[in-house]
Amino acid sequence: MAAVLAAKHVSKRYGSIVALQDLSVQIQRAQCVVLIGESGSGKSTLLRSFNRLVVPDAGQVLIDGVNAAELDAIELRRKVGYVPQDGGLLPHWSVQRNVEMVPWLRGMANRADLATRALTLVGLEPSLFRERRPGELSGGQRQRVAVARALAAEPNVILLDEPFGALDAITRADLQIAFANIRGQLKITTLLVTHDLNEAFLLADRIVVMREGKVEQDAAPHELRDAPATDYVRRLLVRAQGVARA
Amino acid sequence: MRKGVGGCACLLILAATIGRADGQTRPVIVASKPFGESYLLAEMFAQLLEARGFQVDRRPGLGATEIAFNALRTSAIDVYPEYTGTGLLAILGEQPSSDPRAVYQQVSREFRRRYNVRWLPPLGFQNTYAIAVRRATAEQLKLANLSDLASTGPKLRAGLTADFIGRPDGLPGLEKAYGIRFRSVRALLPAVKYQALAAGEIDIIDGYSTDGFIARYDLVILKDDRSFFPPYEAAALLSPRMSREEAAVGALSELSGLLTEPVMRRLNQRVEVDGIPVARVAAAQLQSLGLTGAPSASHGQQTSRAGSGTLAYLWDERQTILRLTLRHILLVGVSLLGAIVVALPLGLLLERGRGAAESVIRGVGILQTLPSIALLAFMIPLLGIGVVPALVALFLYSLYPILRNTYSGVRDAAPAAVSAASALGMTPRQVLRYVRLPLAAPVIMAGIRTAAVINVGTATLAAFIGAGGLGDPIAAGLALSDTRMILSGALPAALLALLVDGLLGVCERAVTAQS
Repeated sequence: MAAVLAAKHVSKRYGSIVALQDLSVQIQRAQCVVLIGESGSGKSTLLRSFNRLVVPDAGQVLIDGVNAAELDAIELRRKVGYVPQDGGLLPHWSVQRNVEMVPWLRGMANRADLATRALTLVGLEPSLFRERRPGELSGGQRQRVAVARALAAEPNVILLDEPFGALDAITRADLQIAFANIRGQLKITTLLVTHDLNEAFLLADRIVVMREGKVEQDAAPHELRDAPATDYVRRLLVRAQGVARA
Repeated sequence: MRKGVGGCACLLILAATIGRADGQTRPVIVASKPFGESYLLAEMFAQLLEARGFQVDRRPGLGATEIAFNALRTSAIDVYPEYTGTGLLAILGEQPSSDPRAVYQQVSREFRRRYNVRWLPPLGFQNTYAIAVRRATAEQLKLANLSDLASTGPKLRAGLTADFIGRPDGLPGLEKAYGIRFRSVRALLPAVKYQALAAGEIDIIDGYSTDGFIARYDLVILKDDRSFFPPYEAAALLSPRMSREEAAVGALSELSGLLTEPVMRRLNQRVEVDGIPVARVAAAQLQSLGLTGAPSASHGQQTSRAGSGTLAYLWDERQTILRLTLRHILLVGVSLLGAIVVALPLGLLLERGRGAAESVIRGVGILQTLPSIALLAFMIPLLGIGVVPALVALFLYSLYPILRNTYSGVRDAAPAAVSAASALGMTPRQVLRYVRLPLAAPVIMAGIRTAAVINVGTATLAAFIGAGGLGDPIAAGLALSDTRMILSGALPAALLALLVDGLLGVCERAVTAQS
């Protein structure tokens, strides 16, 4: 099976800071891969190279086997769903218009239907929410709208950059379960960045542990749990269990 | 963007048309400086020219020597009353001399040589600086001569016109010639100087020897016992263009030598103290000199200051006030529109290329720190006087708030929304149009509102370069110490500022609600 997303020997530095070092990773169709690591491990940089928000200094980023550098950045971004940590909803637009944004940019005629479907999918009753402004929503509702916006144009790939990181624990758990259900229905290729190992265990088909711009371990959740490849991964697991028990 | 350029061109054409309407087949432009005697002399010049069949355009109250002379030198105006001493010291920058004949001949020669500007023969009186104190002060401190101030100066608080404080034949020269040091020196407008002295707020002022107020407040003029002040003979000063018009020169020359110092003091008193309109005093004097026939009806209708209250005066003047208000709105509206058309796209452009942004905005900010009068004076050699330079100056003053708010508003607009919008495939242009601009709109509107309110206030200064507007009665009222006249300009200007602020406030809220 060909990889939908692939990074081959990718490096990126910001001045003297090394974000990615000769890193390679592959994501198969309909898989959910979770990138996990501490701040500065390069996980967001890697994620953002798949919609060309980041251009690597060396190596290749492939989308469906095509070098991303050869694709039109605007076109690419319209085809890839994206959810930033802070939601990034346009505060002056209604929920409906926010969710319709990508279908509108792509010139899709049925964008109202697509928006209704996407809102229903993330658990927001369209008739109740479509006219509201982002300022009239709770933090959790805003992130649900952000997920709906990413899904509305029915992309093949969705990128999520710590999508639930800024929410309180209870809301976060709600959204994690909701997103797991959505994944069950859509089978969409998913790349998700988090620093929460329990979120990774809940959502991932595969977990990629990153450290200082390199892959520390790339494995299925049970493999990771049973056979941590390094001391670093082991410590990460111990810490996550501590959090889970607490 | 293209629309903006089109609008800009329209404005320029409009401004140029207004300018041309002022400039072609033009009448004789008679101007004055902003104090009572200058108004009165200019009005006499104007009525005399009209009686001899000339068309006259009055531009009274031009800023000060700097503005009036620059306007004359470039033929933006044709004639205004000037004083030989001022010409010698303030304009030519020569050494003072005490012989009136010699001074007149020197300025006559030098003005013709350097500027091609002509002095007509003197009108017949001198109006020199008169350093004055209250009678009680003079008696208490035994003051009679300026040389007495060497010992008593440190006890006295001086209130002087800004002009006098700065010019070499004013305070700096006086201090040197008599060895005077005052306890304190405050810059005061001519209009408030006398009241401040009478009220005891200050102890000593610079007046003019022909001022009507000197008698009214029973002031004592200290004798210039070392002949420091040069002779200040009043005369008509003619522009290069006017100097060649022999018929007009002949008409104005009829007044030469006819106005003595006692006559002038009495005329000034009628205007400044009795509050009789300048036009009426001028008409009566020309008639009694046998230069004109009976005063025309329009000069006789106005009532004296004692005649009516402020409200009645405002009501009587309603048509003038309306006309001036419309001119004021034109000045504010056109300059503000121009500033919006330029500053808005420029702010957006700067946001794209942020490297240069701060330096450009700071450069525009420096314009804001220039004193308005200085900027207006600076424009005269380039653009003459009247509406065009006023529009340009007001335009320049309006740029900064709009530019700064546009740039900052667009730059700082919801960063999360901006980065998400481009991450989901909006082009930079779409991000600007659908995200940055709508989110910055309230901030931009606030900038426009600030600019508009400042503009309404600053536009009153346009009167000093003959652009009209509500500054006209303010400047004239200040010069003539006529409170009602000041109010007839200041009240509508204040109301206009409130109205503009209120209207734009409504727009701002509408824009905010939308975005």
